[in-house]
Amino acid sequence: MFMWIIKRDLLLAMRRQSDVLTTLFFFIIVVSLFPLSVGPEMNMLRTMAPGVVWVAALLASMLSLGRMFSNDYVDGTLEQMLLSPQSLSLLVLGKAFAHWLVTGVPLVLMAPVLGIQYDLPTDALLVLTAALLLGTPVLSLIGAIGAALTLGLRGGGVLVSLLVLPLYIPVLIFGAGAVEANMAGVAFDAHLSLIGAFLLVSIVFAPWAAASSLRVSLE
Amino acid sequence: MLQGINLACVRGDRELFKDINFSLEAGCLLQVRGPNGSGKTSLLRMLCGLSNPAAGEILWRGTSIRSLNGDYFSAVTYIGHLSGTKDDLTVIENLRISSALAGSEISISQASDALKHMGLRGREALPVKVLSQGQRRRVALARLLVCTTTLWILDEPLVALDVMAVKLIQKLLEQHLQRGGVIVMTTHQEIEVTATSIMQLHLA
Repeated sequence: MFMWIIKRDLLLAMRRQSDVLTTLFFFIIVVSLFPLSVGPEMNMLRTMAPGVVWVAALLASMLSLGRMFSNDYVDGTLEQMLLSPQSLSLLVLGKAFAHWLVTGVPLVLMAPVLGIQYDLPTDALLVLTAALLLGTPVLSLIGAIGAALTLGLRGGGVLVSLLVLPLYIPVLIFGAGAVEANMAGVAFDAHLSLIGAFLLVSIVFAPWAAASSLRVSLE
Repeated sequence: MLQGINLACVRGDRELFKDINFSLEAGCLLQVRGPNGSGKTSLLRMLCGLSNPAAGEILWRGTSIRSLNGDYFSAVTYIGHLSGTKDDLTVIENLRISSALAGSEISISQASDALKHMGLRGREALPVKVLSQGQRRRVALARLLVCTTTLWILDEPLVALDVMAVKLIQKLLEQHLQRGGVIVMTTHQEIEVTATSIMQLHLA
């Protein structure tokens, strides 16, 4: 059941690659705009790199949140999922995981390449990738709550960003903080542990919260 | 088996219906009738557990469906206005995935048999978006052939179907009633189903 929903969403993403590629190219372009506009000042670029990459990742994952449930809502498949005898939370967890595979993982893989534009040292690139790997699933999970709450509303896209972006702030702070700490030569594992803790908490609570919001949205 | 007690539905500040009572035994078909906007779909969604009645209670085998949750969902198949199929998936993928999500996994051969029965032979590998309205409806209704549920809740199942398909569905409904199943459906067409008990519910 959990595997079926993941398989289904991945199949759908494969049939509609444009949706996936838009998110990835948005991320690439936003991250690349900064070095072009600020100019080749290595020190400044290095200091701003973690923040820029993380903000771009946040915005890119926001961009794809609207599609998480709305397509299923329109064609009635979401209704059928609500009537499934299996737990709806597990289903939402599967959908969030598929969303992360499709939108989060490509960002994680691209980040080290984009980091080179900012002249980040190799170990900082590794920390950036590790932080993104831990942090992007949190974005998908928290995003699922926002997407479920704004389902079927007019102008839901703007509303979802107002709801979800504030909740992304802790991940942003510790995600960018890990890389800054590494570059400053201090320990960064506390930052990563905290993001890991966010991840565990959101795996437990976000699917449940999103499932309850879906039931309300579809009533 | 399925019992509705004093059901009421309120949309906004308008009361669509109130004091609806019915009791269905095994092998019963309940046809819900009424003009557009009289609350037929709202009643059906309540019976599925998608929304809560403004007043009253729905009992399944004597227990309120709100306390049954998953156990109730495993006994119900709902086919609503929306087809519940994904345009980008093929016909057979749609049927297999929707069955798996409804709790009963089916093999490829089971799925293609059901599709053949529904007159979709040779179209298994086509994406649903290239099918006609009636064919999409057939894909949705093919779930009835592979599900193992007792209670079928069907919202206008005969819409967009041709004469042959309507006959096919009526036969399917008959067989389900003979097996001791329960059906609640809305339709504007006359249905020709021979069953021990067909009840009608008129919403004003």
